[in-house]
Amino acid sequence: MASRDDIKFLSNPKIGQKRKKYCRFRKFGIKYIDYKDPDFLMQFVNEQGKILPRRITGNSLKYQRKVATAVKRARHLAMLPYVTDLLK
Amino acid sequence: MKNYEVTFIVDPVLSGEEIKATAQTYVDHLKSEGCKIVHVDEMGLRQLAYPINKRTSGVYYCVEFEAPTGEFIVKMELALRRDERIMRFLTVNLDKYGVKYNEDKRAGRIGKVSKKKKPDDSKKDDRRDNRRDDRRDRRPARPAAKAPAPAPAAPIAAVEEEE
Repeated sequence: MASRDDIKFLSNPKIGQKRKKYCRFRKFGIKYIDYKDPDFLMQFVNEQGKILPRRITGNSLKYQRKVATAVKRARHLAMLPYVTDLLK
Repeated sequence: MKNYEVTFIVDPVLSGEEIKATAQTYVDHLKSEGCKIVHVDEMGLRQLAYPINKRTSGVYYCVEFEAPTGEFIVKMELALRRDERIMRFLTVNLDKYGVKYNEDKRAGRIGKVSKKKKPDDSKKDDRRDNRRDDRRDRRPARPAAKAPAPAPAAPIAAVEEEE
Protein backbone atom coordinates (compact mmCIF):
# COMPACT_ATOMS: atom_id res chain seq x y z
CA MET A 1 0.00 0.00 0.00
CA ALA A 2 2.24 2.72 1.26
CA SER A 3 5.32 2.94 -0.85
CA ARG A 4 8.48 4.68 0.32
CA ASP A 5 7.49 7.97 -1.30
CA ASP A 6 4.29 8.15 0.73
CA ILE A 7 6.01 7.50 4.01
CA LYS A 8 8.34 10.40 3.45
CA PHE A 9 5.50 12.93 3.79
CA LEU A 10 3.89 11.51 6.88
CA SER A 11 6.14 13.61 9.09
CA ASN A 12 7.19 17.18 8.31
CA PRO A 13 10.96 17.18 7.88
CA LYS A 14 11.14 20.90 8.75
CA ILE A 15 9.39 20.53 12.07
CA GLY A 16 12.44 20.33 14.28
CA GLN A 17 14.38 23.10 12.55
CA LYS A 18 14.44 26.61 13.92
CA ARG A 19 14.55 29.48 11.49
CA LYS A 20 17.02 32.06 12.62
CA LYS A 21 15.38 35.43 13.32
CA TYR A 22 17.05 38.57 12.13
CA CYS A 23 16.54 42.31 12.20
CA ARG A 24 15.26 43.32 8.80
CA PHE A 25 16.38 46.92 9.31
CA ARG A 26 19.92 45.85 9.95
CA LYS A 27 19.86 43.37 7.12
CA PHE A 28 18.53 45.73 4.46
CA GLY A 29 20.14 48.89 5.81
CA ILE A 30 16.91 50.74 6.52
CA LYS A 31 17.67 53.67 8.78
CA TYR A 32 14.37 55.51 9.00
CA ILE A 33 10.91 54.15 9.70
CA ASP A 34 8.15 56.24 8.20
CA TYR A 35 5.13 56.78 10.43
CA LYS A 36 3.05 57.75 7.38
CA ASP A 37 3.21 54.30 5.87
CA PRO A 38 0.54 52.25 7.67
CA ASP A 39 0.83 49.29 5.32
CA PHE A 40 4.41 48.78 6.37
CA LEU A 41 3.74 49.30 10.08
CA MET A 42 0.96 46.73 9.88
CA GLN A 43 3.63 44.03 10.02
CA PHE A 44 4.66 45.03 13.52
CA VAL A 45 1.18 44.95 14.95
CA ASN A 46 -1.07 42.06 15.89
CA GLU A 47 -4.74 41.61 15.07
CA GLN A 48 -5.83 43.82 17.92
CA GLY A 49 -3.49 46.61 16.87
CA LYS A 50 -0.95 45.92 19.60
CA ILE A 51 2.76 46.28 18.90
CA LEU A 52 4.41 42.88 18.52
CA PRO A 53 7.30 42.06 20.84
CA ARG A 54 10.89 41.78 19.70
CA ARG A 55 10.79 38.09 20.49
CA ILE A 56 8.45 37.65 17.51
CA THR A 57 9.57 40.33 15.05
CA GLY A 58 13.28 39.71 15.64
CA ASN A 59 14.10 43.43 15.47
CA SER A 60 17.16 44.73 17.21
CA LEU A 61 16.51 46.92 20.22
CA LYS A 62 17.37 50.13 18.40
CA TYR A 63 14.91 49.52 15.61
CA GLN A 64 12.23 48.06 17.82
CA ARG A 65 12.20 51.39 19.65
CA LYS A 66 11.90 53.22 16.35
CA VAL A 67 9.11 50.94 15.21
CA ALA A 68 7.28 51.56 18.47
CA THR A 69 7.45 55.35 18.11
CA ALA A 70 6.42 55.14 14.46
CA VAL A 71 3.39 53.01 15.34
CA LYS A 72 2.44 55.42 18.11
CA ARG A 73 2.71 58.39 15.76
CA ALA A 74 0.65 56.59 13.14
CA ARG A 75 -2.00 55.94 15.77
CA HIS A 76 -2.15 59.59 16.69
CA LEU A 77 -2.71 60.48 13.04
CA ALA A 78 -5.47 57.86 12.72
CA MET A 79 -3.47 55.81 10.26
CA LEU A 80 -3.47 52.86 12.62
CA PRO A 81 -6.17 52.14 15.19
CA TYR A 82 -5.58 52.28 18.93
CA VAL A 83 -7.93 49.39 19.61
CA THR A 84 -9.64 47.01 17.20
CA ASP A 85 -10.39 43.44 16.43
CA LEU A 86 -9.76 41.58 13.22
CA LEU A 87 -7.31 44.14 11.88
CA LYS A 88 -5.81 41.67 9.45
CA MET B 1 19.19 74.66 10.81
CA LYS B 2 16.85 71.95 11.91
CA ASN B 3 14.51 69.87 9.84
CA TYR B 4 10.92 69.42 10.84
CA GLU B 5 7.89 67.84 9.39
CA VAL B 6 4.32 68.74 10.27
CA THR B 7 1.48 66.44 9.27
CA PHE B 8 -2.09 67.59 9.70
CA ILE B 9 -5.56 66.34 8.86
CA VAL B 10 -7.98 68.85 7.37
CA ASP B 11 -11.73 68.51 7.75
CA PRO B 12 -13.07 66.86 4.56
CA VAL B 13 -16.43 68.64 4.82
CA LEU B 14 -14.86 71.83 3.47
CA SER B 15 -14.79 72.43 -0.26
CA GLY B 16 -11.66 71.61 -2.23
CA GLU B 17 -10.57 75.23 -2.43
CA GLU B 18 -11.06 75.81 1.28
CA ILE B 19 -8.96 72.77 2.08
CA LYS B 20 -6.17 74.02 -0.14
CA ALA B 21 -6.45 77.50 1.35
CA THR B 22 -6.16 76.04 4.85
CA ALA B 23 -2.98 74.21 3.96
CA GLN B 24 -1.64 77.27 2.20
CA THR B 25 -2.14 79.50 5.26
CA TYR B 26 0.18 77.29 7.26
CA VAL B 27 2.74 77.14 4.49
CA ASP B 28 2.68 80.94 4.33
CA HIS B 29 2.85 81.11 8.10
CA LEU B 30 6.01 79.02 8.05
CA LYS B 31 7.52 81.12 5.29
CA SER B 32 6.87 84.33 7.21
CA GLU B 33 8.78 82.83 10.15
CA GLY B 34 11.83 82.47 7.93
CA CYS B 35 11.55 78.79 7.21
CA LYS B 36 12.57 77.15 4.03
CA ILE B 37 9.80 74.89 2.75
CA VAL B 38 11.36 71.72 1.44
CA HIS B 39 8.25 69.98 0.24
CA VAL B 40 4.48 70.06 0.64
CA ASP B 41 3.03 66.61 0.29
CA GLU B 42 -0.68 66.42 -0.42
CA MET B 43 -1.56 62.93 0.64
CA GLY B 44 -5.21 63.41 -0.21
CA LEU B 45 -8.40 62.07 1.26
CA ARG B 46 -7.88 59.00 3.39
CA GLN B 47 -10.06 56.84 5.56
CA LEU B 48 -9.33 57.33 9.26
CA ALA B 49 -8.62 54.29 11.39
CA TYR B 50 -11.04 55.60 14.02
CA PRO B 51 -13.49 58.51 13.98
CA ILE B 52 -12.23 61.97 14.97
CA ASN B 53 -14.86 64.63 15.69
CA LYS B 54 -17.44 62.27 14.21
CA ARG B 55 -15.66 62.26 10.87
CA THR B 56 -14.48 59.03 9.33
CA SER B 57 -12.19 60.47 6.68
CA GLY B 58 -9.76 63.35 6.39
CA VAL B 59 -7.47 65.17 3.99
CA TYR B 60 -3.84 64.62 4.92
CA TYR B 61 -1.11 67.15 4.34
CA CYS B 62 2.55 66.85 5.16
CA VAL B 63 4.87 69.85 5.11
CA GLU B 64 8.59 69.36 5.42
CA PHE B 65 10.63 72.44 6.27
CA GLU B 66 13.95 73.73 7.50
CA ALA B 67 13.90 76.16 10.36
CA PRO B 68 16.68 78.23 11.97
CA THR B 69 15.18 77.84 15.46
CA GLY B 70 12.43 75.80 17.01
CA GLU B 71 10.81 78.57 19.02
CA PHE B 72 8.04 79.48 16.62
CA ILE B 73 6.80 75.88 16.59
CA VAL B 74 4.91 76.51 19.81
CA LYS B 75 3.13 79.38 18.09
CA MET B 76 2.39 77.33 15.03
CA GLU B 77 1.01 74.48 17.07
CA LEU B 78 -1.18 76.89 19.00
CA ALA B 79 -2.58 78.19 15.72
CA LEU B 80 -3.20 74.64 14.54
CA ARG B 81 -4.92 73.77 17.78
CA ARG B 82 -7.21 76.78 17.58
CA ASP B 83 -8.10 76.11 13.97
CA GLU B 84 -11.39 74.24 13.71
CA ARG B 85 -10.63 73.11 10.20
CA ILE B 86 -7.66 71.06 11.43
CA MET B 87 -8.70 67.77 12.98
CA ARG B 88 -5.30 66.47 14.04
CA PHE B 89 -1.67 67.44 13.63
CA LEU B 90 1.76 66.13 14.48
CA THR B 91 5.08 67.94 14.35
CA VAL B 92 8.18 65.79 14.13
CA ASN B 93 11.85 66.64 14.30
CA LEU B 94 13.57 64.83 11.45
CA ASP B 95 16.98 63.28 11.90
CA LYS B 96 19.41 62.99 9.02
CA TYR B 97 18.01 59.63 8.03
CA GLY B 98 14.52 61.07 7.94
CA VAL B 99 15.65 63.85 5.63
CA LYS B 100 17.34 61.35 3.37
CA TYR B 101 14.33 59.07 3.41
CA ASN B 102 12.05 61.91 2.33
CA GLU B 103 14.41 62.87 -0.46
CA ASP B 104 14.55 59.31 -1.70
CA LYS B 105 10.81 58.98 -1.46
CA ARG B 106 10.29 62.05 -3.60
CA ALA B 107 12.75 60.66 -6.14
CA GLY B 108 10.63 57.54 -6.25
CA ARG B 109 13.33 55.28 -4.90
CA ILE B 110 11.77 54.34 -1.61
CA GLY B 111 8.21 53.41 -2.42
CA LYS B 112 9.20 50.37 -4.39
CA VAL B 113 12.02 49.25 -2.18
CA SER B 114 10.38 49.62 1.19
CA LYS B 115 7.07 48.20 0.07
CA LYS B 116 8.36 45.27 -1.86
CA LYS B 117 11.30 44.31 0.24
CA LYS B 118 9.66 44.24 3.58
CA PRO B 119 6.37 42.47 3.13
CA ASP B 120 8.00 39.78 1.02
CA ASP B 121 10.66 38.87 3.52
CA SER B 122 8.93 35.68 4.48
CA LYS B 123 7.75 34.91 0.98
CA LYS B 124 10.99 35.74 -0.73
CA ASP B 125 12.34 32.25 -0.65
CA ASP B 126 9.11 30.81 -1.96
CA ARG B 127 9.07 33.28 -4.81
CA ARG B 128 12.57 32.47 -5.86
CA ASP B 129 11.77 28.82 -5.79
CA ASN B 130 8.71 29.38 -7.91
CA ARG B 131 10.70 31.29 -10.46
CA ARG B 132 13.30 28.59 -10.61
CA ASP B 133 10.60 26.02 -11.05
CA ASP B 134 9.14 28.01 -13.90
CA ARG B 135 12.48 28.14 -15.58
CA ARG B 136 12.99 24.47 -15.08
CA ASP B 137 9.62 23.80 -16.62
CA ARG B 138 10.24 26.07 -19.54
CA ARG B 139 13.71 24.93 -20.46
CA PRO B 140 12.94 21.29 -20.90
CA ALA B 141 9.69 22.20 -22.65
CA ARG B 142 11.38 23.83 -25.60
CA PRO B 143 13.84 21.06 -26.47
CA ALA B 144 11.02 18.61 -25.97
CA ALA B 145 8.88 20.52 -28.45
CA LYS B 146 11.72 20.48 -30.94
CA ALA B 147 12.61 16.88 -30.37
CA PRO B 148 9.31 15.31 -31.38
CA ALA B 149 9.21 17.27 -34.62
CA PRO B 150 12.24 15.59 -36.21
CA ALA B 151 11.37 12.31 -34.57
CA PRO B 152 8.29 11.52 -36.67
CA ALA B 153 10.22 12.34 -39.81
CA ALA B 154 12.94 9.84 -38.98
CA PRO B 155 10.67 6.84 -38.35
CA ILE B 156 8.79 7.52 -41.56
CA ALA B 157 12.03 7.57 -43.45
CA ALA B 158 13.10 4.43 -41.67
CA VAL B 159 9.84 2.75 -42.55
CA GLU B 160 10.22 3.73 -46.15
CA GLU B 161 13.72 2.36 -46.21
CA GLU B 162 12.52 -0.87 -44.69
CA GLU B 163 9.86 -1.24 -47.29
